Amino acid sequence: MAALLPTATPTRGPDDRRRYPNRPVWMGVPSKPVQAAKAVTIAFIVLVMLYPFVYVIAMSFASREAAASGGLFPTSFSLDAYRSILGGDVVTRAMLVSIGITAVGTTLSMIFTTTLAYGLMRTRDVPGAKFVLVLVLCTMLFGAGIIPNYLLVRSLGMLDSYWSLIIPGLISAFNMVVVRNFFMGLPSELLESARLDGASDLRIFTQIVLPLSKAVLAVIALFYAVGYWNAFFNAMIYLNDTTKWPIQVVLNQYVVQGSALTSIQAPDQPPPPGQTLQMAVIVVATIPILLLYPFAQRYFTKGVLTGAIKG
Amino acid sequence: METAAAGAPGGKDARRETSAGGGSGAGGGARGGNRGRGRDARGRATTWTRMKRERATYLFIVPGLLFFLIFAYLPLAGNVVAFQDYSPYWGIGGSEWVGLQNFAAMFNDPQFMRALTNTLVISFLQIVFAFPAPILLALLLNSLISERIKRVVQSIVYLPHFISWVIVIAIWQQVLGGAGPVAELFSAIGIDGVNIMSDPDTFKALVVSQVIWKDIGWGTIIFFAAITSIPNELYEAAAVDGAGSLRRTWHVTMPGLVPVITLLLILTIGNVLTVGFEQLLLQQPAVGSAAAEVLDTFVYYRGIAGGDWGLSTAAGLFKGVIGTILVIAANKFAKRLGTEGLF
Repeated sequence: MAALLPTATPTRGPDDRRRYPNRPVWMGVPSKPVQAAKAVTIAFIVLVMLYPFVYVIAMSFASREAAASGGLFPTSFSLDAYRSILGGDVVTRAMLVSIGITAVGTTLSMIFTTTLAYGLMRTRDVPGAKFVLVLVLCTMLFGAGIIPNYLLVRSLGMLDSYWSLIIPGLISAFNMVVVRNFFMGLPSELLESARLDGASDLRIFTQIVLPLSKAVLAVIALFYAVGYWNAFFNAMIYLNDTTKWPIQVVLNQYVVQGSALTSIQAPDQPPPPGQTLQMAVIVVATIPILLLYPFAQRYFTKGVLTGAIKG
Repeated sequence: METAAAGAPGGKDARRETSAGGGSGAGGGARGGNRGRGRDARGRATTWTRMKRERATYLFIVPGLLFFLIFAYLPLAGNVVAFQDYSPYWGIGGSEWVGLQNFAAMFNDPQFMRALTNTLVISFLQIVFAFPAPILLALLLNSLISERIKRVVQSIVYLPHFISWVIVIAIWQQVLGGAGPVAELFSAIGIDGVNIMSDPDTFKALVVSQVIWKDIGWGTIIFFAAITSIPNELYEAAAVDGAGSLRRTWHVTMPGLVPVITLLLILTIGNVLTVGFEQLLLQQPAVGSAAAEVLDTFVYYRGIAGGDWGLSTAAGLFKGVIGTILVIAANKFAKRLGTEGLF
């Protein structure tokens, strides 16, 4: 790693210039101890961030003997843990529930968020739009609290319904602002000329605005998807029926709180050790995020920063 | 933000005229002539005419507006439960009003006071340790010259932000818990029975470490943006004047970061009564409520789990009102200091 950090040559040779063409001359080269300190710090941070993931993934593949012997990494591998948890119905069903809620929720959230953002784009032309915008922005400052939200969901008859995990969080004011800011950055001449040509709002929205906003829509969809996938508390309080539990609640029950995993498949041999099973549950709950992550990652900065612009 | 899509004020009316039709076929009536129907004495479109023209736009706004009215504003009214001896059987309409009795009971409740203390202690620790962490990381990564290393490290440190608290705690438990490799390392050097995850004495340090682990990377994004917007000439001038890299960081980078830091501090102060709800709820069974009870978990355990609706709503309302007051006050204060503030 140290080799990739700035070289120690006090004068900058041609090699240095080729490797770091954008580096200004005045910046100078850090002394060797400083470089070493940086390299160690970075290595430490990377280790602390990654080791837990690597350890859990590695241990989830550990064979019975390797899991029993412990150590920083297992030495022999097996798929028993995955066969057990995915053969039983608890984890499989929870995964399906989570996938369904994430898919439906993200789709609905995107529809409602983008339409509202489009409707609130022209606050000067549309009487009342400014007021609605302020109403929405205010919700970023305060929330009603846990109990009133619970009472509302209960009185709407959504307890024990999957809708309780989707509808109360349908639109995030923050995401709406990010999308709206992006829409407003689109070339207004384009939208105007479409209007002049007699295009309807629906047509402008679906055929001009949305296709031009793919970057921000990707990152917002990721935010929503991650939110639905990670939802734990709402599922815990709104779903009493354990067969409706999404993966996060199951994960809490069987891994964090350590209840025995009741439904695992072990027809002819004893099940793998509990710890290995727990690791495997953690891994399957994390995999969808790890799959989505690389796709939207390059848009993160853009998404966060547009949202950070003053409302 | 009001700069919206609208052009210069002068050209606006003409534009509206033509843009009016939309898909709805509305607005034809206002076309042709500056003083037709639906215009005031000065020839401007009246609000009503403008509303009729934009009726298609309202179709875009109404669903979202309804959502926020029902799921953000209606529950605010639900806070009246704080002033009631609420029973789910009688509902809000039928329950007895008790004035401030719930609030009095709340302040006399040792559990509530403990939750309040824990919340403030954890918040304080987070402001001291977790708040500056992303700033330091951003400065460190910014000082790297290899763009490649910078990007790789960034992708790695962003990752935990996207993992749920349940997964974070499950993973930490596997690594730091009694059966994990860290406990093994300790027992290898002769210290047995180490379980960092269930030790009430060190729990608050654990909570702050988890927060740093999860969000240090994500927090750097905004500081990176601020650093990028500092003009390079400032650095160059400082370098010409003989400032080394530390002095440049202190005298050029830091002043550039101050507005962002102020902004985020306002938000942090406004959330001083909100500390990782799920994070603490999930770990409370392992360390006990003396160490892990905070306002949110108090509200949950007393209200939804315990059925003491009035008292827990009062605690939630107390938390919400103080939080809102703090944000507004911090924002005023920041403006007085000469920074832009949040709103």
